Amino acid sequence: MNTRWLERASATLGISGFGFFIFSVVAMALGPVVMLRKVPMQTVEQISQNVIPDFYDLLVRYPDEFKKYFGDPGDPPDEAKMRQYFAEALRLGRKVYIAEGCWHCHSQFVRPLADEQLRFGPTSWAAEHQNELQLPPLFGTRRVGPDLIREAGVRSNDWHAAHFYDPQAVVPDSVMPRFTWFFEERKVPYENGVKIVPNQRGLAIITYVQWLGSWVRPPAEGVPLTASAAEDYR
Amino acid sequence: MTNHVSTHPGSGALSGAGERPLVNLALVKGHIVASLVWFFVGLTGGLLFSMQFFRHYPFPGIELLSPGRVRMVHTNMMAYGFILNAFFAGMLWSIPRLTGFPILSDKLGRLFFWGWQVILAFVVGGILTGHAQAVEWGETPVFIDPFISVWVLLGVVNLVAPILKTRGRPLYVTLWYFSASFVWTVLNYLMGNYIPQFFVPGAGGAAIAGLFIHDLVGLFVTPIGWGLMYYFVPSILNRPIWSHALSLVGFWGLAFFYPLNGVHHFLYSTIPMYVQYGAVVSTVAVELVVTTVIVNFFMTLRGMGRTLVTSLPIRWFYTGMVAYFTTCLQCAVQVQLPVQQIIHFTDWVVAHAHLVMFAVFGSWIMGFFTELWPRLVRRPWKSRALLEWHYWLTTLGIWTMFLTLTALGLQQGYLWRGLNPWEDMLRSSIPFWVFRTFTGVLIIAGTVVFAYHAWATARQPVPAAVTERVEGAEPAAP
Ligand code: HEC
Ligand code: HEM
Repeated sequence: MNTRWLERASATLGISGFGFFIFSVVAMALGPVVMLRKVPMQTVEQISQNVIPDFYDLLVRYPDEFKKYFGDPGDPPDEAKMRQYFAEALRLGRKVYIAEGCWHCHSQFVRPLADEQLRFGPTSWAAEHQNELQLPPLFGTRRVGPDLIREAGVRSNDWHAAHFYDPQAVVPDSVMPRFTWFFEERKVPYENGVKIVPNQRGLAIITYVQWLGSWVRPPAEGVPLTASAAEDYR
Repeated sequence: MTNHVSTHPGSGALSGAGERPLVNLALVKGHIVASLVWFFVGLTGGLLFSMQFFRHYPFPGIELLSPGRVRMVHTNMMAYGFILNAFFAGMLWSIPRLTGFPILSDKLGRLFFWGWQVILAFVVGGILTGHAQAVEWGETPVFIDPFISVWVLLGVVNLVAPILKTRGRPLYVTLWYFSASFVWTVLNYLMGNYIPQFFVPGAGGAAIAGLFIHDLVGLFVTPIGWGLMYYFVPSILNRPIWSHALSLVGFWGLAFFYPLNGVHHFLYSTIPMYVQYGAVVSTVAVELVVTTVIVNFFMTLRGMGRTLVTSLPIRWFYTGMVAYFTTCLQCAVQVQLPVQQIIHFTDWVVAHAHLVMFAVFGSWIMGFFTELWPRLVRRPWKSRALLEWHYWLTTLGIWTMFLTLTALGLQQGYLWRGLNPWEDMLRSSIPFWVFRTFTGVLIIAGTVVFAYHAWATARQPVPAAVTERVEGAEPAAP
């Protein structure tokens, strides 16, 4: 058999270079994209229709910082404004999550394995990643810390604030880095006159982790549930 | 090592134009030096980040040195700083010799060289100031991606020109790998950095990101690495590759199966199962193909085993090949879904990544640096002992790192499986993580020895007799 033609630039560039590569993209990437075409990508505006209770809690806990960085939603808080601030916080929170490389220590999908379901919660399904905040996807390939896609409501906002400021203060064995630049000082008339509170990035990252998986968590009392969220809720 | 006078095809020839030397030695040398500089940046990043794992990160609370950001500097500088620069050096040396034509333009070569180093500096700055992109191994900031795309294209055009000038003559094996990889690298970069960033979220995007991660290793680093082996090993041993048929099987098998592997980075995810199964099957297929390549190279060495002792480049190359076979065997095992259940997300994978990136490609790079440096500075290596120290420190470092992290990965996987508290995993991992940092210090020490030795070699005066011998390999500048 004469195989010399396999050794020419036309074959190596054309067949293997272009041909095999394009074949692989069609088979391995276009396939999933086509299969998921009926699950449209949700925008942050759509997602933020369901403001999570923890976002209201942040307003109560850190009213000055909340108003300084997002705006004053009034009293009682105006829902439309809260949705808008929530969208802002989610976008910024995700940005911080990417910038700090959180996704190199935390994954965002639960595998269909018994121990993961017991530890984290329901197995992930494709639709829950079909949104703008998974563009690019933040699945992750490493777990130095636990998976975060079911983090919503597992901890309180206070816990997160303390944890981001100094993880070891909350979990003594933690190897998670400190993120002191998510915080600022506020003058108060007690405790040596200063208190450490989350700044804009701090509020945003707390919002973001509290949102992760909020769609599988039972609705908190008094928080309206939209039809689509109710449908997603399993 | 310096005394296997060049048997490289085409060596000593001047290109047709008469004036222009075939190989631009200044560019080769420049890329080697740049590669080492970025290697140190990457190593420092790895060492710093590894100290976070036992809570001794030296710069806590400093935003610009946030450990997560430093990790991304580590991986990106290894890929785009260390390995890419090194491979350009190897290709700038070998392509003209194999084709008989110089690169398209020396000016373009210099533009690529300096532009690339500037881009790398911006990548480091961009990541440290919080502009990383959420594509694993493509964390280069989004606003730098277009420059990288253009620059990679420039570099490729410069190198592909001599290959195209062969006008349909059958090419030597090395050039099959290089030419295919040029196309792959450009397409892969465009695919991985733009589609998941702007168009496809979630599972579809992850499938593409998985392809990108894997293709960067499998379709850029691996083929260029093997291409260089097909060039340097026969030319140093002064005998042809054992079997041409196996070379063909190796290349075409890799070219077909490697691109299909990517999704194995996201097994048990929400990516459709047919894709995941496909990735598993083709990963195993790659292992079979790799075996043919390994057999081919070890048969090439038959009867010449002593060169492993006498020639450091050959020793580096074959050490790398043992590591390559190990990683690929590992691939075939760890890709199995039951194994994935335990080892995915653990340090097992980190061990695997270091084995393939450093024990394989790093060894090959160190091997051909050892081979080329004396020719580039026209002086023999100053000290055999220092070459040995480089080899042994680095090799010991990377292999102990691999073993430690592999064992640790199993331990972590089973602790999670048993639903032990997360802190148990952390507490029991810390002794391993401390040891990992120590193995990193060994690697750094070996590299420091090499860098010093290269510098000292370049500075020493040249005895006339040696000049003759070394220069025999290379025409003096016209
Ligand atoms: C060096 C790896 C590392 C990085 C980087 C990292 N983490 Fe962690 N994270 C951990 C570890 C380890 C734990 C488990 C121990 C603990 O709770 O502190 C953890 C725990 C957590 C938890 C608590 C989970 C729970 O409910 O128990 C959250 C939330 C979290 N991380 C969010 C983040 C965010 C957001 C970032 C980025 C700003 C981040 N992490 C960066 C390692 C890391
Ligand atoms: C001083 C020696 C080194 C040290 C201390 C070191 C340390 C580290 C650490 C701590 C991580 C993060 C692991 C994790 O997330 O758990 C990492 C990841 C990585 N390093 Fe290194 N490293 C070293 C050398 C190298 C070399 C020489 C290369 C390649 C040439 C390399 C390539 C990588 C890659 C590709 C990853 C990503 C692994 C993954 O995500 O699975 N490292 N390294």
